Amino acid sequence: MKRRDFLKRTTPAVTLPLLLGGFNIHALGKSNLLNVLNTSEESDRVLVLVQLNGGNDGLNTIIPLDYYPNLFKARQNIIIPENKIIRLESEPTGFHPSMQSIKNLWDDKKIGIVQNVGYPNPNFSHFRSTDIITSASDSNELINTGWVGRYLNEENSGYPEGYPNEENPDPLAITVGSFVSTTCQGPITNMGVAINDVEALFSPVGGDPGQLPNNPYGNELGFIRETQLQTQLYLDSVSNAASKAFNKSPLYPSRDSLAQQLKVVARLVAGGLKTKIYVVNIGSFDTHANQVDTSGNEIGSHANLLSSLSESIAAFQDDLFRLGIEDRVAGMTFTEFGRRVKSNNSAGSDHGTSWPLMLFGSWVKPEIHGKNPIIPSQVAQSYNLPHTFDFRSIYGSVLKDWLKVPEATIRNILFDDFNYLPLFRDSLVTGLEDPRVDSADLINYPNPANERTQISFRSMGGHTDLTVYTITGQKVSTLIDKQIPKGAHSLLYETKNLKQGIYLIKIRNNGKLSSRKMMVTH
Amino acid sequence: MEYPPNNPSYESRTNTGLSPYSGNWGVKEAAHLLRRATFGANLDQINQAASSGRIAMVDQLLEDTAMPDPPLNVSELDTSVPIGETWINAQPGFYNQRRDSLLSWWTGLMVQQEVNLREQMVLFWHNHFVTKLEVILEARYMYYYSNLLRENALGNFRELTKEITVNPAMLRFLNGNTNRVGAANENYARELLELFTVGKGEQIGEGNYTNYTEDDVLAAARVLTGWFDNINEVTSTFQANRHDTADKQFSSAFGNQVISNNGDQEYIDLINMIFDQNETARAICRDLYKWFVYYDIDDDIEANVIEPMAQILIANDYEVKPVLRVLLNSEHFFDPENQGCMIKNPLTLTINPFRQFNVPFPNGSDVITQYKMWEFCKNVALLQEMELGNPPSVAGWPAYYQEPQYQRIWINAAVLPFKQDFINFLIYSGFTVNDFTLFINPIPIVESIPNADDPNVLVQSLVDIALPLDILPEQKDFLKGVLIPGLPDFEWTVEWNDYQSDPTNQEKLVAVGSKLQALFSALMTIAEYQLA
Repeated sequence: MKRRDFLKRTTPAVTLPLLLGGFNIHALGKSNLLNVLNTSEESDRVLVLVQLNGGNDGLNTIIPLDYYPNLFKARQNIIIPENKIIRLESEPTGFHPSMQSIKNLWDDKKIGIVQNVGYPNPNFSHFRSTDIITSASDSNELINTGWVGRYLNEENSGYPEGYPNEENPDPLAITVGSFVSTTCQGPITNMGVAINDVEALFSPVGGDPGQLPNNPYGNELGFIRETQLQTQLYLDSVSNAASKAFNKSPLYPSRDSLAQQLKVVARLVAGGLKTKIYVVNIGSFDTHANQVDTSGNEIGSHANLLSSLSESIAAFQDDLFRLGIEDRVAGMTFTEFGRRVKSNNSAGSDHGTSWPLMLFGSWVKPEIHGKNPIIPSQVAQSYNLPHTFDFRSIYGSVLKDWLKVPEATIRNILFDDFNYLPLFRDSLVTGLEDPRVDSADLINYPNPANERTQISFRSMGGHTDLTVYTITGQKVSTLIDKQIPKGAHSLLYETKNLKQGIYLIKIRNNGKLSSRKMMVTH
Repeated sequence: MEYPPNNPSYESRTNTGLSPYSGNWGVKEAAHLLRRATFGANLDQINQAASSGRIAMVDQLLEDTAMPDPPLNVSELDTSVPIGETWINAQPGFYNQRRDSLLSWWTGLMVQQEVNLREQMVLFWHNHFVTKLEVILEARYMYYYSNLLRENALGNFRELTKEITVNPAMLRFLNGNTNRVGAANENYARELLELFTVGKGEQIGEGNYTNYTEDDVLAAARVLTGWFDNINEVTSTFQANRHDTADKQFSSAFGNQVISNNGDQEYIDLINMIFDQNETARAICRDLYKWFVYYDIDDDIEANVIEPMAQILIANDYEVKPVLRVLLNSEHFFDPENQGCMIKNPLTLTINPFRQFNVPFPNGSDVITQYKMWEFCKNVALLQEMELGNPPSVAGWPAYYQEPQYQRIWINAAVLPFKQDFINFLIYSGFTVNDFTLFINPIPIVESIPNADDPNVLVQSLVDIALPLDILPEQKDFLKGVLIPGLPDFEWTVEWNDYQSDPTNQEKLVAVGSKLQALFSALMTIAEYQLA
C-alpha cells in the first residue's frame, strides 16, 4: 500500500464558512403538541457538541472530594484549595470555583456527568487521540469518517448529491466556526457546513476581517470574498432562520468566543432551522504550564476557560428557555483526553487519559454516572487514570435515547455494541412537581380561574420573567419580562378568553425557575 | 449584492513610472516578479531569485531558450505515426487525437517552464493573435501557429505580425484563404487593425475611428488578397492571379499612404505602414501592461508608463525584450499598489499548485500517462472557461478586454466552488491514470521547509510561497489553528518531530498528514489564493 494512501480521505473537513449578519426580530418558539407532558418530538431534537480542544484537566474540573488528600499530594501546585471548591450537596464531588453557573444548572437538574470516560490503549498524541474520539475508532484503527458523519449518512446516504431538497432544506450539521468538524465527516464528504457569526460582510476565512486596504488588492479581494458568500447553498435557509429569532438571554458573557458560538446555535434553532447537530469549540485546554495563577490556584488560564465554558452554557440554557425551545436541545462536552494526575513543575499538567464528560439540557438525567476517579496515595509522574466507561458508550447512549436511533443502526455507526447508560429522563418534568417550589413564591387566586385571577409572586430583584404556558408548552402570555425590584408583587390576569384547561404560570428570576399549575374553567 | 466598485474608490492608481526600482529587493519582491512572470514558483526558485538580484532575474526571464521537441502521438487511434513519435509532419487528419496531444504538450510546456518568460509570452500572443482550433480543425496548423508564437515570443512584434498574417492557421481562421481580387474578405484586415495593431480610437466620423477608417479596412483587405494555405505541407502560398493589383489608398490615419502592387511582399508593406503609427506601439504596450501589471490604466499610467513603453518599443524597432526589461525592472512594476491585484487566469491558477509545491508528474518514459496528466490540467482550466487553443472569440479571453468587469469575469458564484473543489481534489483524492496519481502530498513539501517544526515558520513559509501579500496576524493564527486546533505551538513541534522520528508509523503519518492536508486546503481555498 502506498504511503500516500494513508493520507487518503474522501473530501475534506473544509467547507467555506457562511456568515451570519444581524437581522430583524421576533421570537419563534417551536411548540410540542403531541403529548400532555412536554415531550419534544424526536425529529425536532437537537444535539450540541462542545469540543474542549487540548485535553481538559478533569481532575480540577469535577473534583473527587473523597480523594482530596491524595490529590493534594499529587498536584499540590495546581490543586484547587479545598475551601474554594463548589461542593455538590449529597455527592462526594465538587466543581471548580469558576463553575458556579454550572452549579446553578445542576441545582436546576439540567446537568448530567459521566465519570472516568476513556478508551482502551489510550493515545497521548493530540492529533491521534482527537482522531480516535471523533471517528470513534479503536485506538489502533484508522477510520476516516466521524461518528456524527456516519450517523447523518445513515439517514442521508448519497449526500451531497440532491441536497438541499424540499424535505431537507437545511444543513444536516453545523459547526459554528470556519471549518467543519471532523466529527461530521461522512463517507463521501463532510456532512456539515461551517458558519461564522461575524457581523461584517467581508469576513475572510478565519480571523477578524480587518479593513480591506483601499487599493486594487483590497478591491479585488473584497470582490472574491463576496462571491464566496454567494456560493453557499445553505445561505438562504440559514439567513432565513436567523431572521426569525434573536437571542434573549442577558447572561451571555461578552467578548467570549464560546458564548458567541452558542448564541448562533440558539438563534438558528429558535428560528426554525431543521439542523440536528451543532458543534462548537473552546480551547486551548492544553495546560502544560501555568494552568493556575501564582496568586491562587483557583484562578489562571484553566479557570478562565472553565468560566467561559460554564457561563456560556448557562446563558445558552437560559436563552433556550426564553426562546421556548429548551426541551428540544441537549448538549455534551468532549475532549481528547484528561490530564496527568501528578502535576509537573511548570504549574501545569501533562497529557493524561480518562476524563469526566458533562451533559446539559432539560432532558438530561440529573445524575453523576460512575464513581469519582480513585487517586492512590502514592502517584508516580507516569501514573494515569483507568477508564470506566468507553466514550463510545456515551455516543451510543446519546444516539439511542436522544436521537432515537435504532440499535442495529448504532452498531453500523459505532461498529460494535456498547453498554448504554441512561443519560436522559424518561419524561420531562417541567417544575410541575418540583419539590423546590415554595408556594408562597408563586400563587394565583382564584384557582380554578374563570374571568380573571390574581397572580402573586416574590422576586429577588433583577430581571424577572413571568409567563403563562399551555400544558403542552405553547406560550400564551408574557406577563413580565424586565427588571423589577426585590419583594412581593401581584398582578391581575384576564382569563376569560382562555380555553378551558390546565395552564402553567412560570416565573424565572435570578437563574431559578418555578411554576404553578393554574386551571381555567368557564 | 453590491460588489466593491470595479472602477474603484481609491483616488488614483499610482504615479510611479518606468525608472528602475530602487527599493528593497528580497523574497517578497522576488516572489512578486516570479508570480507575474511564470506559472508559479517554488520556495527554492523564490529564494534563488532573491539572492540573484532583480537585474539578473529579469535578464534570465528574457533569455532565449531552446525550442522544445514537438508533441508526440499518444493515441492508438492516430495510425499515421507510432505512439511516442511526432505527428507534426504526418498526413492531415486525426484531428481529435492530435488536438489532444497538442494541447497536452502545450500545457506541459507551461507546467515545466523554467524560470523564463517564454510560455507566458506564448499565451499572451495566443490571446492576442487569436486562432481557434475548432475553426481550423487541423492540429498540425495549430502546432505550427503556436510554434510561430513560441519562436517569436520574445522577439520582434512587427515581424511576428507579418508572419502571422500569412500563417496557414490564421489564413484559415480569419478567411485570409478566401480573400481574393473582386471578392475581398475583410475579416483578417479588420481584426488586424482593430485588435492586432492600432486598435479603434474615438469615433470621429462615419466609419472613422481615428486610428483607421472603414475604407482602410477595405484597402487592407485588398492588399491581403491572393493567399491560401496548403493542407499537406502546412504552408501558405501566394497566387498572383488571386491578388488585387490596383493601388490601395489609405486614410490620413496612415498619412494618406498608397500601397501599390508588390505581389507576395505587399502584405509586408501594409504591416510596415501600420507599424509606422505610434498607436500600434501604444496599443500593444497596453496589452502587455494588462497582462503583467493590472487592467486599470488611468491617465497617469498612460502618460508615465504606457507612453514611455511605447517609445522604447519604437526606438528598438519593435523588439519586445527592451520594453519588458524596463517594465519588469521598474518602480511601477514593484509598486505596492500594483502587487497582489491580479486575478489569476484559470491556466495560471490550475498550474500554480503543481509548480509551487513541486508535485511530481510522470516522466517521458511513459508519455501516455504524462500527456494525460497535462491534459487534466488543460481540462481543469477549460472547465473554468479558459480553453487553450480555443479562446471564445478573435478578441481573446474577455477578462483582458471586457469592460467594466475585466479579470473579475474569471470569478463567479458558479465557478469559484469548482476552483476550490479542484484544490481539495488534488489534496484529498488526486487524479489517477495508469497507476500514477497526481496529487499534492504535503509531507515532503513541509520536510523541505527549514524549521518547519515551528508552526509559525511553517505557516509563514507557505504564505510566502502561495499568497501574493502577507496576511493579517489573525488570518495566520487561523491557519495555524487549522494545523493545531486549540493547541499551543509546541504541540506541532512535538507531533511533527514524533512523526519524523518514526515515519513509517501509519498512525503518526495520518495524524500529521491530515492536519497538513487541512492546512494546505485552507491556504489554497481562501480568497487570497485567487490573486497574484
